Amino acid sequence: MGPRMKVDLIILAILVISALWAVMTRSLIRSAIGLALASAVLTVIMFRLSSPFAAVFELSVCAGLISVLFLSTISLTHPMTHQEAAQHQRERYSRYFVLPYILIVIGIIFAFVQVRPELKLPPAAAQTEVRVIMWNLRQVDLIGQAIILLTGVFGVVLLLKEARKK
Amino acid sequence: MVSLLILAPFFAAILLNVPFKALRERSAFGAALALFLGQMLLMIFPKAGLWTFPVATLDKFFHFPLRVDALSTVLLFCIGAVLTATLLLSLRAVPQDERRLNFISVLLLMQAGMNGAVVVVDLFSLYVFLEIVAVSSFILIAFDKHVHAFEAAFKYLVMSVVATALMLLSIALILLVSPDTTFSGISASLQGSPNSLLVTLAVGVFVCAAFIKSGLMPFHGWLPDAYSAAPAPVSVLLAGVVTKTVGIYTLLRIVIFVFGFTLPLKNILLAVGALSALAGALAALAQTDFKRMLAYSSISQMGYIILGLGCGTPLGALGAVFHLFNHAIFKSLLFSNSAAIESRAGIRNIQEMSGLGSRMPWTALTCAVGSLSTAGIPPLAGFWSKFIIIIALWMSGNYTYAVIAILVSLLTLAYFLYLQRNVFFGKAKDTFNKIEEAEFVILLPAIVFSAITFIVGVAFPWVWNTLLLRLPSIFGA
Repeated sequence: MGPRMKVDLIILAILVISALWAVMTRSLIRSAIGLALASAVLTVIMFRLSSPFAAVFELSVCAGLISVLFLSTISLTHPMTHQEAAQHQRERYSRYFVLPYILIVIGIIFAFVQVRPELKLPPAAAQTEVRVIMWNLRQVDLIGQAIILLTGVFGVVLLLKEARKK
Repeated sequence: MVSLLILAPFFAAILLNVPFKALRERSAFGAALALFLGQMLLMIFPKAGLWTFPVATLDKFFHFPLRVDALSTVLLFCIGAVLTATLLLSLRAVPQDERRLNFISVLLLMQAGMNGAVVVVDLFSLYVFLEIVAVSSFILIAFDKHVHAFEAAFKYLVMSVVATALMLLSIALILLVSPDTTFSGISASLQGSPNSLLVTLAVGVFVCAAFIKSGLMPFHGWLPDAYSAAPAPVSVLLAGVVTKTVGIYTLLRIVIFVFGFTLPLKNILLAVGALSALAGALAALAQTDFKRMLAYSSISQMGYIILGLGCGTPLGALGAVFHLFNHAIFKSLLFSNSAAIESRAGIRNIQEMSGLGSRMPWTALTCAVGSLSTAGIPPLAGFWSKFIIIIALWMSGNYTYAVIAILVSLLTLAYFLYLQRNVFFGKAKDTFNKIEEAEFVILLPAIVFSAITFIVGVAFPWVWNTLLLRLPSIFGA
């Protein structure tokens, strides 16, 4: 196992953990952060797989997606009591507790079963390409992402503030 | 310099939220008004020095591939005009300083989003800016935070997410046959592509997404709820420019510049356009809520625009763009009237109103101009755009659709006469005796929009020669 492979495995582990965190955590904010982290890690993986455009697109889609998900969830939810929250947490653990084990078993199976598809991947992208793609080729998307996130922040402030006051 | 159309409102929204609360609350309205009016004036005088002046410092940091052509100019003008009206109406609808600051901040971000969607030359960038508009629309629809507003906002969001997912799917399919996502790159790739089935699927999926965003029938489920549940200024904004920008403009730009006209696409556009125009008008006839009637009327008028586009000829496209402009103006006018009546009478049910014309003469007059223009009565602006669309339909051999368009015009006249008779004519109810004309800030947008509707209609020969004949150049004719 080369150093590149080790880094890939670490990144994949972070991806799985952040995705699980997004699903399992009780707090809405932490869930959104988990989703954002998973998306960011996926972006890094795509860059490492020499698909910088796919990576930038993933970043853009997720910026919008998180705002949309966050706002829609806020609109649908009402604050839970402590008892409800605890009950909800227990139900969630009982529902999803097998999920990590399934993932581990699948990982072990793939480690032993030698799956080596004959893929002809393009050569790895140069180090400067990430910067060039982000800041030169897709700069307008980057500004768009910043605007979406800022709009999402305003949405949270506007739609949550009064609920908190109450 | 074009990049300022995106950057100026974006940075303004950030600057308005730095510390010094009292200062920013006072300056927010002025700053937003300057930006909205500035954009409107810039589009009337596109050759002003400011427009072409290169800003070296700005260009050094921001080099966006953007383009402003005749079609973008029309939309950018409408965006500036309708945002100005929205801002003025918000003075009464959102009275608290702190809430208004947040409202204005979201308006500025929406301006950045709509401007971006109109000037980008890349399909994926278009998707990003449409998302900005979707998120900010959601916030504005739910702004009053009552249960109907949240329900309408959620419906809008769900439909919008479905549409954006379809757009992403289309982009993914297009990337299989195109090396990049620029309009010119895709257009060149699609023409020579051997994968005709894949291309057809990508085009179909994208057009379907644009139909959802436009609220055309049968994808209109979210539109009447969103328009009627939103606060009055937001209804003006949604009906005036949001659905035009995210749906109709996207469709016009993509069909004319990227996909090109094919016979099946023309037939789909004509069928959906005719269905929306006819069913929207019939549904409007059955409404008793002022805003819901206007919402269904919007669906009907957007059907008209799609009928013009579906002709596949430069004259049809010209009629579509002209009707898009007219509809943005007169529908904003009618929603402003609805805001004026609601602010004074406190009701929206048409059947509970009567004789308001003597109490609110300016509202009655401007509402009559907007209604008659929507119905296509000469010499108002709406008549000319509908006339061009019907002529284009006839000349392209679509006689049935031309007859449907004329029939829809009659239906439009019927429901607007019903509205006028119930709301403004007859004897005023005793409960309306103390009602006075709406405040000046609410009346001003209505007066300006009715003046535009009247002047564009009366001065049509000048509009035709100086403005409209410039438009076909963008369609390559």
